[in-house]
Amino acid sequence: MRVSQGSCGNLGTADTFISSIGCNLIVEIEALTKIYESKLRVVAVDGVDLALKQGEIFGLLGPNGAGKTTTISIATTRALPTGGTVRIAGIDVVKHPAHARRLIGVVPQFNTLDRSLTVYENLYFHCRYFGFGHSPARARSLELLEQFLLSERRDTYPAQLSGGLGQRVQIARAIAHRPTVLFLDEPSAGLDPQSRMAMWTAVEALRTEGITVLLTTHYMEEADQLADRLAIIDYGRVLALGSPKMLKATLGAQAIFDVKLKSQDGVDAVLATLRRRDDVSSAEATADGMRVLSPNMAALLPALAEATAGLGMRDLKITEPSLETVFIQLTGRDLRE
Amino acid sequence: MPLGSGLFFSAFFGLFLRDARVLTRELIPFLLRVGMQPLLFLFVFTFVLPRMAGSNPLASGAKFGEIILPGLMAVAIMFSGIAAVALPLSSEFGITREIDDRVMCPLPLWAVALEKVCFSAIQSLAAALLVIPMARYIPAVPVRANVSSWILLAVVLVLSSLLAGSLGLLIGSTVNPKQIGLVFSILVVPITFLGCVYYPWAWLSNIRWLQVGVLFNPIVYMSEGLRGAVTPEIQHMPWWASLPALVVFLGILGWLGLRGFLRRVLS
Repeated sequence: MRVSQGSCGNLGTADTFISSIGCNLIVEIEALTKIYESKLRVVAVDGVDLALKQGEIFGLLGPNGAGKTTTISIATTRALPTGGTVRIAGIDVVKHPAHARRLIGVVPQFNTLDRSLTVYENLYFHCRYFGFGHSPARARSLELLEQFLLSERRDTYPAQLSGGLGQRVQIARAIAHRPTVLFLDEPSAGLDPQSRMAMWTAVEALRTEGITVLLTTHYMEEADQLADRLAIIDYGRVLALGSPKMLKATLGAQAIFDVKLKSQDGVDAVLATLRRRDDVSSAEATADGMRVLSPNMAALLPALAEATAGLGMRDLKITEPSLETVFIQLTGRDLRE
Repeated sequence: MPLGSGLFFSAFFGLFLRDARVLTRELIPFLLRVGMQPLLFLFVFTFVLPRMAGSNPLASGAKFGEIILPGLMAVAIMFSGIAAVALPLSSEFGITREIDDRVMCPLPLWAVALEKVCFSAIQSLAAALLVIPMARYIPAVPVRANVSSWILLAVVLVLSSLLAGSLGLLIGSTVNPKQIGLVFSILVVPITFLGCVYYPWAWLSNIRWLQVGVLFNPIVYMSEGLRGAVTPEIQHMPWWASLPALVVFLGILGWLGLRGFLRRVLS
């Protein structure tokens, strides 16, 4: 699963920062494990290898309890691994946590805005924590308020913000010190659909700033919409890794064609013809037509229209291959279980 | 890879500024919190009681005022230290996890904890110094601080304030917010009442078990150390006993507090 590091494999620490950028690897997670030893021994993360390229949006997709949040907690220096390493821009987060924190921004799963400070002050003091002087901190905070359409809320306290607005402030705060990598842990948990769309837009916009984003989610649509690449994770292991498109293609996710016909006469002959095609994995008759499953939606569509021409097509519904079906195939369980 | 000392100090200063900003919003509650107890205490015991015929002999005259002045300073330090660290920390660690953003700043975690303790120490110092004018103007007979050694006063005040902040750190990081009120009843009230606040330690000699028992109470050394510095004419522990004890307690509570803090922050 590990992305090849090519010539960048064995480097001294001093050169690693520059070389990692040369290699475009910004986050390197190797053989990461985390075992909680209490009454019950829980293996939260079980040998995860991941490598993130600079500027990409990377998704960790899995059900609750899959190990996503633990992986992020370790990468963001808030938990210690049992084994393995995480390097951010070449810096080992366990050995140099304070240093690594300069390079990362975090949007945690829950709203952790400072309740004693206004929206503006949340941003301003965050900048001060990262060594900004008064004027740069002020300028950066005002700039972010504008960028995230929060200027009108500058003197509002976090407790008075809606979930969506609070999340926007959290994202603004997380990128205020211009981190190299932004970690978003379940960014749309608890958001209404409209706020979720707004949050997606905000994350998409980060592409232009060149920030690498690692986000966890158990929403298929979110992973599909946002992520350039994603890892499907369950029981602390990476089950599959690739672009959403690639995962859907290689893991055999099927597009579903539901065809409604005027007449069922001769449908069996048509189904037999379709089944002989390489790009049809199944073709069955339904009550008022037929259902065809195919990995190749584009090629089958004209052929399907032609084959059913004599039967009189009334309606056609196509369901595109989805990550949900990929996930169920991989894990045997539903994402929202 | 070492962290630049410039960034270290500016990040530390940033945390300090944040706490200062929050404190300015809560200046009146802060003053009430630290001032109410010594105010009422001085009022009742050194103003009201001396005016009552046949009142408690201990509460009559200037001497009692001089006995309790350093004691009240110690209590002010302790209350303000715990209130400034334990109360906010307990809720910030609780449901809201507000501490997260400060914990994620580019400082080692011990420095984040140290900032909390230092900031509370400044509040404790202010609280202690506030008692001095109160003692002068509230009692029927003014109680004047008679500073024998400014250096001793400074050292005792600083050690006591840091100690109170460390205890606050320990309480804040180990007690959940629901039980924080309970901590005041079962810990803070007893250690102040048994902290040689209202009587010098030497006067406990007739109750030997208590005199020995209270030696495990850090407030005893605060009160006695301050007695030596502010009202040296009242019997008190020598500085070579109170100062090392304060250092030892600071070390123990500081270590336990830091350990509790790290446990809460790092899983």
